[in-house]
Formats: sequence, C-alpha cells, structure tokens
Amino acid sequence: MSRAGKIARRTFLFGTVAIAGGVALGYYVVQHPHDNPLKPGLDPGEAALNPYVLIDADGVTIITPRTDMGQGAHSVLAAMVAEELDLAWSDIRVWDGPPGAAYYNAKVAAEALPFSATDDGFVARNARAFGGRVAKVLGLQITGGSTTVPDGFDRMRMAGAAARQMLIGAAEAETGISQADLTTRDGHVVTPDGEAIAYADLAVQAAKIAPPDEVALKSPDDWRYLGQPMERLDIVAKSTGTQGYGIDIDLPDMLYATVRTNPRRGGVVRGYDASKAEGMPGVQRVVPVTGGAGVIADSTWRAMRAAQEISFDWGEAPYPADTAQMWAQLEASFTEALQDSRFRDDGDVDAALEQAGGEVLEAQYRVPHLAHAPLEPMNATAQLKDGRLDIWASTQIPMYVVATATRLTGLKAEDIHLHNQYAGGSFGRRLEDDFIAEAIELAMVAEGRPIKMTWTREEDMSHDFPRPMAVSRARGAVADGKVAAFDLSLATPSVAQSQGGRLNQPMPGPDVAIVAGAWDQPFAIPDYRVTGYRAQPMVPVSSWRSVGASGNGFLHDCFLDELIHAAGADPLQERLRLCDDPLSRGVLEAVGEMSGWSGPDMGDGRARGVAFTLSFGVPAAEVVEVSQTNAGLRIDKVFVAVEVGRVLDPVNFDNQVKGGVIWGLGHAMNCELTYKDGMTEQRNFDSYQGMRLYQAPSIEVRALENGETIRGIGEPAVPPAAPALANAIFAATGQRIRELPLNRHVSFA
Amino acid sequence: MIRFTVNGAQVETDLEPETPLLWVLRDTLKLTGTKYGCGIAQCGACTVHLDGIAMRSCQMQIGDLEGAEVATIEAQGTPEAPGPVQRAWIEHQVAQCGYCQSGQIMAAAALLAEVPDPDDAQIDDALSGNLCRCGTYPRIRAAVHRAAELMREDTQ
Repeated sequence: MSRAGKIARRTFLFGTVAIAGGVALGYYVVQHPHDNPLKPGLDPGEAALNPYVLIDADGVTIITPRTDMGQGAHSVLAAMVAEELDLAWSDIRVWDGPPGAAYYNAKVAAEALPFSATDDGFVARNARAFGGRVAKVLGLQITGGSTTVPDGFDRMRMAGAAARQMLIGAAEAETGISQADLTTRDGHVVTPDGEAIAYADLAVQAAKIAPPDEVALKSPDDWRYLGQPMERLDIVAKSTGTQGYGIDIDLPDMLYATVRTNPRRGGVVRGYDASKAEGMPGVQRVVPVTGGAGVIADSTWRAMRAAQEISFDWGEAPYPADTAQMWAQLEASFTEALQDSRFRDDGDVDAALEQAGGEVLEAQYRVPHLAHAPLEPMNATAQLKDGRLDIWASTQIPMYVVATATRLTGLKAEDIHLHNQYAGGSFGRRLEDDFIAEAIELAMVAEGRPIKMTWTREEDMSHDFPRPMAVSRARGAVADGKVAAFDLSLATPSVAQSQGGRLNQPMPGPDVAIVAGAWDQPFAIPDYRVTGYRAQPMVPVSSWRSVGASGNGFLHDCFLDELIHAAGADPLQERLRLCDDPLSRGVLEAVGEMSGWSGPDMGDGRARGVAFTLSFGVPAAEVVEVSQTNAGLRIDKVFVAVEVGRVLDPVNFDNQVKGGVIWGLGHAMNCELTYKDGMTEQRNFDSYQGMRLYQAPSIEVRALENGETIRGIGEPAVPPAAPALANAIFAATGQRIRELPLNRHVSFA
Repeated sequence: MIRFTVNGAQVETDLEPETPLLWVLRDTLKLTGTKYGCGIAQCGACTVHLDGIAMRSCQMQIGDLEGAEVATIEAQGTPEAPGPVQRAWIEHQVAQCGYCQSGQIMAAAALLAEVPDPDDAQIDDALSGNLCRCGTYPRIRAAVHRAAELMREDTQ
C-alpha cells in the first residue's frame, strides 16, 4: 500500500465520525481504507500527498470532490485545505478529481436517520456514527443534504495539515534544518534564513515520508481564510462569461444531439416515424434510445428542430393520468397499512382531542409537485473510443454514473473516465443520471465520435423527477390561550423508495423524508403526534432542495399558526413559549428583534408572518412582511435568522440564505407541476415562473454561531419561507390559504 | 450568404435564415458565454446586444440580421480586463451557479448605456425578464448601482 493510502486510514477515517461501541459492522471492513484515487494517474514529478492534495511542477491542486452547483462547494472546501496547508489564495487551483470511494460523504447517510438534530442522546449519537460508517463502506460520494461543509470541515483541514507536515519533513531532509525551525508561508517552506522552498520542489520527497499519525489543526483564532469574506474562486469566470459548464464542452470531431423520450415517465415507446427528421439539414442519424429516440446532427439547434418532427407513439403512463386522480390517491393513503412512521407521539393526543370535543380544529393542507428546473438544461457529452468511455457532465453522484456506464457499455470501471463539470444549478436534479445514460447510449452508436447531448427546456421540465406532492391532515386544540394538542398526519410518495430504486440502492425502514421538518420540530406541545403515510408510488420523484422539509415546513408551521391564532396568542411569543431548544429559541428571538416584531398587523394594509422550521440540523426562523397594493400583494421585506454553529464563508453564506428564501417564496407564489394525460402541463418558464427581480424583497440575514456542530446552509432557509409568507397573507387578508402555490388564491404584484 | 458582425468581427454564414442567432454564437462561433435556457425568450440567459439594444438571441433569426452589429458578453471584457459591469458583479460576488449572469450583465449594460444612474424601479423593469433560479436578485440590484458608479468613474 502506498504512503498516501495510509494517511487516509490514519487521519481521515474517523475525522468526522465518533467511534461508538457495539456497531454491527466488521471492524476490518470499516477500517480498510479506500485507495487514493489520484495514484493511478500520476505522472513522474507529480505527488499526491493524500486524496485531496496533488502537487506538480506548477504547484498545488486541491481536490474538491463535491459538485459545485453554484453553492460554492469548491471554494469553501479549498479554503479548508488552504487554511492548514498555508497557500496563497491567488495560487489555489481546484479539481473535482476522479470518482472515488475515498471521497465518501459521511454525513449524507446520517441525515436519513430518525433522530432529530436536537437529540444528542446515546442512541442518536451512535446511529449517526453508524450512518457515517455505512457511507464509507458503500463509498457514497454524494453531494447533497447540505452536508458539504459539515462533512469536509475536519477531513479537508486534516488533509491540508497532514500535507503541510510532510512538506516540512521533506524540507528537513533536503536542508538538514530541524523541522522545529521550519515554517510555511503561501505555498513555501521557509527556513530560518528566510529561504523559501516552493512546495512543488519538495513534493516528490514529501510523498516518500510517512504520513503523520496525528496532526494539530489551527485554532480558529489563527484562521486567515475561514470565517473571513473570501472571493469565490469562480467569481471572475462567472462574471465574464468564461466559466465552462457541461453544456459548453467542445471537443474535436464532436457531434451534437438531443433526445426525446416518453413524457409519460416510465412509459414505453411503441414506435416512431423519423422519416421527415432524417431528411432535415445537418441530421446525421436518428437512433433509438431507451424510451424514445435521439437525433445526432451537426449543431444543437438542427438536432432539436429535427427532433420535433419525429412522430412518436407513446405508451401509457404507469401512474394516475392526471393531477385530480393523484390527489385522490394521496387522500386515500391515510390508512394503517400505509403508515410509515410515528417518530413523535408525545402525551395522549387522542384523549386530548376527545376532551376538547367540539373545539377541535381540523384542516387539510396540500403542496404540489415541483420541478427542479436549473437554468442549465440537462446535458451530457460522451465518447466511446478504443474501449474507453469519457463522460463530461455535471453530476452529484459520480460513483453511480460510473456504475450506470459499466452497465450500459459492459466496460470495466477503470475504463470509464468521468469529468465532472460545473453545474448551471441543480437543486437536487443531478442526483439522477438519466440524461447521462442517454448520452452514453448515443456515444455507443457514434463510432468513436464525441456526442454532446442537450435537452430542450421542454424535455427538461417534462422529464424531471419532481418534488412529490403531499397532503396533510391536521387536528389540534387550544386551552387557556395556549396550543395544547397538535396531531399531524402526512401522506406523500417516498422519495427514498423512488430514487433508491433507480440507484439500485435499497432504502429499508421508514422514509424520514416523509415527515422531515415536521416530526422533529423543537416544540413542547403537551399532546403532539406526527405520523407519516407512504403513498403508493406515482410519478418518479426525487430530492428537491430541502427534500421532505420543503413541503412539510408549510404543512406543519401553517397549522401551528392556525392553532396559535385560535388560542388568541401572539404568533412569535407562542412559538417561543413552546420552543424547548435553546438554539431554536435563539433564531426566533433574533428575527423578532430584527423585524421589530410587535404582532402580525403593521397597519396601512401591511402585515407580517413568522415561521420556523428546523431542517438539516439548522433552526431557521423567517419573518415576511407584505403589503396590499392595487396591483396585488407585495412581499416587501424578509428577515431570516439561522443557527449553523460556525460560518466559514460569510459572503457565500449570505448568498445561500437569500437564495434559499427566494427559492422558497418563488415556488410558493406561483409554481406547480400538474399532470394531464400522464404528462406535465408545464413545459417551460412561461408557465413555471418562480420569482422575478421586480418581486424580490429586501432580505436581512443573521447567522447565529452558538451551536457546537457546524452545519450546511444550502437548504435550511427554504422550508420556513412558504409558511412565513402564507402566515403573512393571513395576517394581511384574513384568508388562510391551505395549498400551494398561493397564486391560486391571491394575486401578487 | 448572410453577413453581420459579432463583437466587431465580420461573420458570413450560409446557414438557414431561420437559425436562431443563439446557436450560431454557441455552436458555430464557439462564443459560449451566451447561454441557452428556455428557447422562448422567457429566461434571458441568451441576452445579447443588437445595435446596442438588449435582445434575446434565441428569438433572433439570422436572416433578419443582415448588416447588424451583435455584441455578446465576451465584448464586455475579459477575466484579465473585466468591464465596469463585470467588475461590479465581481465586487458584489453576485454569481452562484452563474449560468444566468451573462444575460443579467448584458441586460444591465444596455440599461446603463441608456440610463446612467437607474433607480431600483428602472433596474427591475430592465432586468425582470432575466430569470435567476439561484435567487441572486438582491445582489444583482446592488451590482447594477455599483456598475453605474464605476462607469462614471471610468469616464471621469
């Protein structure tokens, strides 16, 4: 085994995962390190000091093995390494690296466990550790679940610190000067005389040195990058039109393609007539792909135009054909047989509601299917030549893409080379690899030429794996001006079941996402129950920014708001009174202070609503202010407070929170995917708008850093946005809207 | 043969006149800073300047461009020498995924050429056709104001 492999075992393995006794997995399997994925490709003169630090004659490249979809993963991961390795910011180069089990995500599996983030008991802690071990054994290299920062925080800093120590050791061997007298500065080891030796000149020697058993990490007080405003590594490229995305790939001899498959997802293609398309300018061939056909042409537009001229005979949808039938199926899902979980069952809800008699409040809420619709339509480029497959695409699941490619081509994994690309947004869409499989299928008939396959927006929106629709049934009671009982039942198809099925990754046990953002809220309501029902699968669904909490935030918090109103209590004060988690109280108090909260009514046709959701371990509270104008409702201002333990990249943090709020508000205002004849009725941004600039409120963000655990912020600002807006609309109009999008009931300016 | 200029360079093409300018820029001229997002003028990712006016290149057929002057994001500046609007975008770190930002910058540049010191309402009017799925809108507004300042500084 190489030296670099050892460091993975010694330094990284348990960096983020507490060792807990009694875990049932074999010790050896968990201990056994993954190979350093950088080793096989090294040229003479290059050194991979560990899976994250690659040094060649030009300097240091930091491997940032989480996909950058705009959330700034590359910059923040690079900063963690650079902080400890002592690099100059302007010298930093990053690379996604090859797909590798060594790049497993220890946090993503832990997220799928039924322990609330505020639960720090023995069982919860052990289960989280177990989740991380599972991820390691499976080699789950996944970007998602707001885990990039928490998963990378220790591991990436240790990678930098260990590499630095090896470079100092190499300098000692070269100069004879004791390590104790050597220091580092901006990519150099510096001797007491002030001589600076570039890391590049020490790398080959350093790779021969045994990795340290232990490394000391800098105190946060000594940080020069982390916690300070940093310039994103990609900001200049993204401001000058020079950032390359997957859709921009250009290769010698490349052909262009597009694909059309059955818009009834999972339905077959009974046949098609491509005779007209085949005769159109620039068209080389029309070939079958799974579920449809692809057009290969000499330009993207010629391929897209020709594809519209193919007439298809599509098979039926393997799910209810229209949205009304889907709602009916969900409403019929509140049965004992379909009960999936009851992680919260405090007090005796049935007795409390019976005692309340006629005073029980009841309501049904619902949220629609939603598309991811990142602005860059799905695309992938593939070339199969001389027994080697190259893929250029942006994916959050590189290991699964390799598995898909081996299945399609029969090649071995080592003959498949995935070049992960910057993504023009994702929001969870690239946790699926359907579009990459299509490009591979086209490459398999392209006789060695690279094929760039680009979907039309219409193909993208009609072939998403959407956020599933959900229905809630809520009952509750109040007593003495307080919320006394809350019984929430949630029915939705399981994302884990749908997505896991496609990934060939069984997900046994309850699906926590069905109740995420609802069962785990830090409220001490005396009689409090949350039950999840797993509806029968309908359209194939997937993870959408903030996943289960994306809808449950609305379903939970709006009914809580109804109960508080019925109790005659103040929406903020009653949430605070009920809240039994100090960190969560902190964010509620913060938005109260930021917004100058004095009750929902602000006078002059203005009003505000507050909402709270704890998701991904992050308590998030938001206050939305609205006003009634002649043109409709206007969202004037939003205040957000979130608790993340520690902010590593303040600028990007602010951007992620504001983006999350706008994502949550925009979809709540006007977005839904509806189905007719098995197909989405929305095909483009004319009927799926989201928020536009003129509707964007001013947003004030406050980060609290009181928690001991560092958290990711890509998702948690989303769930409370919709309920805060709906609660504000109630305060402004008296209208309690119990479904999304809200523009079914009110118009927005 | 259809003739027009892109960023000052003469372009001659015998492609079908109904070919959208967007795809000539991207696939033929390899000017990939201009993006495809919707193909129906709803997202603004393909915004370019036609004789100085911000236009959606996905809806511009090259047959209508004879003699026209087209400018793309690449004409606004380079990574080494970014233009004032680009400098403002860098300073405010507007981009998240960045995919819409070429179009946002082109829309902003066209606005600033006409209205040197726009207020928020004018910015909203000019840029609301440019969709940003990441939600960078608050920073876009701030960056347009900053670009206006930088352009004034540049001309002083």
